[in-house]
Amino acid sequence: MSGIDPVILLAQLMVVATPILLAAIGELVVERAGVLNLGVEGMMITGAVCGFAVGVATGSPLLGFAGAALGGALVSMIFGLLTQVLLSNQVATGLALTLFGLGLSALIGQGYVGLRGPVVPDLYLPLLRDIPVLGPMLFRHDAVVYLGLGLVVAVWWLLTRTRAGLILRAVGENHDAAHALGYHVVRVRLMAIAFGGACAGLGGAYLSLARVPQWTEGMTAGAGWIALAIVVFASWRPGRLVIGAYLFGGITVLQLNLQAAGVRVPVEYLQMSPYLATILVLVLLRAGRAPGSLGKTFHAAQ
Amino acid sequence: MQRRTMLKSAAAGAVLAGIATVAAAQDDVPKVGFIYVGPVGDLGWSYQHDQGRQQLQEHFGDEIETVYIENVPEGPDAERVLTQLALQGADLIFATSFGFMEATNNVAQQFPDVKFEHATGYMTSDNLSVYGSRFYEGRAVEGLIAGELTESNIIGYIGSYPIPEVIRGINSSFLHAQKVNPDVEMRIVWAYSWFDPAAEAEAAQALIDAGADVVLQHTDSTAPQAAAQAAGDVYTFGQASDMSDYAPMPRVTSIIDEWGDYYIERTQALIDGTWETSDTWGGIDSGMVGIGEMTDAIPQDVRDEAQDLIDRIASGEYHPFTGPINKADGTQWLAEGEVATDEQLLSMDFYVEGIEAAIPD
Repeated sequence: MSGIDPVILLAQLMVVATPILLAAIGELVVERAGVLNLGVEGMMITGAVCGFAVGVATGSPLLGFAGAALGGALVSMIFGLLTQVLLSNQVATGLALTLFGLGLSALIGQGYVGLRGPVVPDLYLPLLRDIPVLGPMLFRHDAVVYLGLGLVVAVWWLLTRTRAGLILRAVGENHDAAHALGYHVVRVRLMAIAFGGACAGLGGAYLSLARVPQWTEGMTAGAGWIALAIVVFASWRPGRLVIGAYLFGGITVLQLNLQAAGVRVPVEYLQMSPYLATILVLVLLRAGRAPGSLGKTFHAAQ
Repeated sequence: MQRRTMLKSAAAGAVLAGIATVAAAQDDVPKVGFIYVGPVGDLGWSYQHDQGRQQLQEHFGDEIETVYIENVPEGPDAERVLTQLALQGADLIFATSFGFMEATNNVAQQFPDVKFEHATGYMTSDNLSVYGSRFYEGRAVEGLIAGELTESNIIGYIGSYPIPEVIRGINSSFLHAQKVNPDVEMRIVWAYSWFDPAAEAEAAQALIDAGADVVLQHTDSTAPQAAAQAAGDVYTFGQASDMSDYAPMPRVTSIIDEWGDYYIERTQALIDGTWETSDTWGGIDSGMVGIGEMTDAIPQDVRDEAQDLIDRIASGEYHPFTGPINKADGTQWLAEGEVATDEQLLSMDFYVEGIEAAIPD
């Protein structure tokens, strides 16, 4: 086990988990509003290419991430329009959105293959970064890592401590009752879907702008599906979402580090371990209940 | 991943539809087709094959027509794409990835009048040739430089798939690193892809975290170069193409695949009617394996040493796999002074002594 430094491992884990965490926190809000959007992968990859394109064009990572959020939100509005206004089936539309996003991103990205994007700098946190052990582990990351955690806290606060969160949850638990109380179900859900799209877009852009950093077709490589699974694992609760994302990220990093350290474990087992561990914990810990109206179509006249 | 495959087929179909119209316009000149496993913009393997195609087109001008299809998945899709190319009148088709082997062989049987060439494979027939490069010669040079440069004595290696081609590269670089630095260790991470920038970046990062200060890659993207650049004092080598965007640091030199001359030679044979099944395995001497410019990040004496190795390999005076060499399990592979045969090299499925790792099945 020589050569595995737990401090570096934990620092890497935060970075690897960030794209999944961002996409998952968006999807959590969408599902708490009673909408099942399986298009996370498509929105992520759209965000990845939009973020990279804007980043290259402007030279600013900040604008790149803004473009990614906008791109993700726009493409999610296709899903919103189809499922909320035209009342299409959410599962089928979500899957279609994933296929559409993969194709659209490949088309947009054709001129960006092989280019280099702007550098995303690490956030300079004086004093904190110099704390032994904790400094390099927690306080030497780029701003997006903290944005992801900040969003989780904000969503938790919004859902549990504000009136807006109460309305959102009411819409998700029982859309007929929420409608009878005079809340605008479709409007709430469209806003949630747009938020989910923006978050997925940010997650995708974190890959193309910070993690890799370059544009490649299909570069999200299933991260959106992992995010979807983690929302279920987390029982639709923001706190558990962080555990799930960090667990998956942690084991992903650990298996690469074990390979790099020359541990004689068959690579195939190492490669499947993140998925196995996540499924296992998902099965053992699953205690929550899905929002009552999740995935159901709402029409005011029915 | 099936979703990606579906998507790529759709994209390939769209590209094919575009080609069809061009083909109808000029049907009388010989047509040479290429299929690539990655995007031409990968700046690695597929990019370099496309550079070869462009040299070919430039050489012959209007006398020939070239077409290419990028991002072709290995497996059944490749067969479909190859069939399409043959049906649309291609006279010579280059299939440029190891994983296209079965597909190329099948399609070659269905179209006996079309000539096929498969890169890095070993199946031949009346109308199917194979060609490849002795990349292990370049790997020897990289290994020597890596052994001299490393201070942690840990060299990282990002593998794609555990096939003889890749294992040969690992062994060649390790042997030559060990020659100049007996304490050197090799750490290997498998990405299980030829081209997956996120996985390659993470693999490079894991190796760097494990203490590697030189990282070699047998994958096609520049993501490991970017990871090394971000880490600082880590050396890398350009793979397949020069990757000179990352020079002088981290990229200190590169192995460049030079396919252009081969493509010109084979197309000329097609035009002359002298095309025959062949098995070409070119090295530094034939120019198929190019070594990129060595940057100032390598000390002058090491550059001289590396140049000397290049010259000796090119002249045939030295073969990178010359005994005594033992296998990792301690048994003898090559006796003192014995040189590996091409058959031995092509079927290599073991690490040499000193590499502490197991090859995945």
